[in-house]
Amino acid sequence: MAVVTREHETQQAAEAQGAAIRRRQRANEVAQKFVIYLLLAAGAVIFIAPFVWMVTASLQDVGDMFRWPPSWIPRNPSFDNYTEFFKQERIGRYFFNSAFVALTVTSLQLFTSSLAAYTFAKRRFPGRDLLFIITLGTLMIPGQVTLIPNYVILKNIPFFGGNDAFGSGGHGWLDSYWGLIVPQGASAFGIFLLRQYMKSIPDDLLDAARVDGGTEFRIYAEVVMPLCRPALAALGIFTFTYVWDDFFWPLVIISSEELRTLPLGLALFVVRNRTVWDLLMAGSVITTVPVLLVFLFFQRHFIRGIAVTGMK
Amino acid sequence: MSVGGVTGQQVQPARRRPSNRRRVLREMRKQWTAYLFLSPVLLLFLVFTFFSVGYAFYLSFHKWNILEPHKPFVGFDNYARLLDDDRFRQAVLNTIYYTAASVPLTIALGLLVALLLNNQIRGRGFFRTLYYLPVITPLVIASIIWKWVYNGDYGLANYYLLKLHVINEPLLWLADKNLAMPSVIITSVWKGVGFAMVVYLAGLQSIPEEYYDAAKIDGATGWRRLRDITIPLLSSTTLFLLVISILGSFQVFTQIFIMTNGGPLGRTRTIVWYIYTTAFKDYNMGYAAAMAFALFAMMLGFTLLQLRFLRREVDY
Repeated sequence: MAVVTREHETQQAAEAQGAAIRRRQRANEVAQKFVIYLLLAAGAVIFIAPFVWMVTASLQDVGDMFRWPPSWIPRNPSFDNYTEFFKQERIGRYFFNSAFVALTVTSLQLFTSSLAAYTFAKRRFPGRDLLFIITLGTLMIPGQVTLIPNYVILKNIPFFGGNDAFGSGGHGWLDSYWGLIVPQGASAFGIFLLRQYMKSIPDDLLDAARVDGGTEFRIYAEVVMPLCRPALAALGIFTFTYVWDDFFWPLVIISSEELRTLPLGLALFVVRNRTVWDLLMAGSVITTVPVLLVFLFFQRHFIRGIAVTGMK
Repeated sequence: MSVGGVTGQQVQPARRRPSNRRRVLREMRKQWTAYLFLSPVLLLFLVFTFFSVGYAFYLSFHKWNILEPHKPFVGFDNYARLLDDDRFRQAVLNTIYYTAASVPLTIALGLLVALLLNNQIRGRGFFRTLYYLPVITPLVIASIIWKWVYNGDYGLANYYLLKLHVINEPLLWLADKNLAMPSVIITSVWKGVGFAMVVYLAGLQSIPEEYYDAAKIDGATGWRRLRDITIPLLSSTTLFLLVISILGSFQVFTQIFIMTNGGPLGRTRTIVWYIYTTAFKDYNMGYAAAMAFALFAMMLGFTLLQLRFLRREVDY
């Protein structure tokens, strides 16, 4: 802030002969900027304070956590909470589950969505428009409506989880990786996003490949997909963070401890141990770091992705 | 293998004469890989969306408990019960309260931050990242952190408010029947402002600079420029945010589950929380399915209403 003010001041000095009105205008601008910075900084402090506190708390002893006034810099920083958390909860396992499910769903969605998007964007066949409208129609239906029936459907998947050929007797895909992954394998939003992007690819490019005798799959894989990297990146990041954060679906279908994802494991930890705040904060940091890294690395895609979908 | 593009041109005439069924069939055979490419998503949508909705409809007309073998047809009983159920009415009112407070606050603050960031200032990207961090934070984690902030004995909220003399004695926040919902709302606003900000920033960038230059020449003050140019030109962005945010807040669940679990005295029970407990704690899945359809109807109604009322103002 000070730097900006000083710059303006030196500029003002250089233009000593400038009209008084102009000087006053500039002073106004400086004052305006000062207010802007002040507001932004004050807001930013409130916005990141809970974060900073989470990290601080995770590094200190539970006794220090309960100290008033709150200490923003850990007195005796240590990773004890982290090691203790790993010991108490099967956090390594939760972490693996979250990563495995998020990565699998993301790859699956990118594959199925891009294949469908290519077909809708670049091919002509009877029923195309109808099928596309049906696909978009699924966006209208909220998850709560399909939640309960999908639970029952998963329970009755034949030949899995102790079920017979008619889907009864066992728990089917409930409480399994299948149940966490398969129902999330298609995304109408993803198809729509990628289709919009693929429409901008010139048809001549594809026709040339077709004349050379390329099959549709090869054209999709070797011509279209490399051109769609930015859109695929944006969709991939969205999907990954969405699945990583998801809490409701795992809460509903997972019952055994070794299949819990990180958010589910932490949430149940809160419900069971209402006071073990030091360990909780360590767990919270561990859960936040992966999505934070993804965001910081791909920030540009992230913001652009929101801008693209936001403008629709 | 088909060579789609070259033959693809011939589809058009076939479409114009739908009576020629054989031709369509031949075209379908020729383009069979298109259906193959679509089959994974269509299969998944067929099972987990279309069949699922139909099945939910079926469930909503039955007394359907997953643990009991006998699942009798009860007609409209589940829907009729919704009208008499005080807890459901309370859940609807709580959800409306949550939505009516959190959505306007989030959008207004998002616009404010976007307007501040839309100036020629240093550290724009830095500030934008800071305000966006809560959006990145998993909702479960945000709820846990804020649960601590609201802690009655040692929480940050009490400490700083006492210190600033805003309050005279520690508040109970989540345990106070009148403060619990506002506390949850503050958390949601904190989580959502960054998203509104980014969308507004994109919207602001699409407003041509000339409009402001013209207004300056006409002597319009900053406030008038904001009221008469910026806000009207952002109305399609605002509409988008309104629709998305209202649909999202109708479905609020995670914050409630972790921070209050519906309490105190049911003051933070929301519709989805009630659906969840009815279906997966009481196993009353038929009734829960009826509730889900009621929620669906509310969401659809609100969306149509907004599109209707706000469409007029959005024609730019």
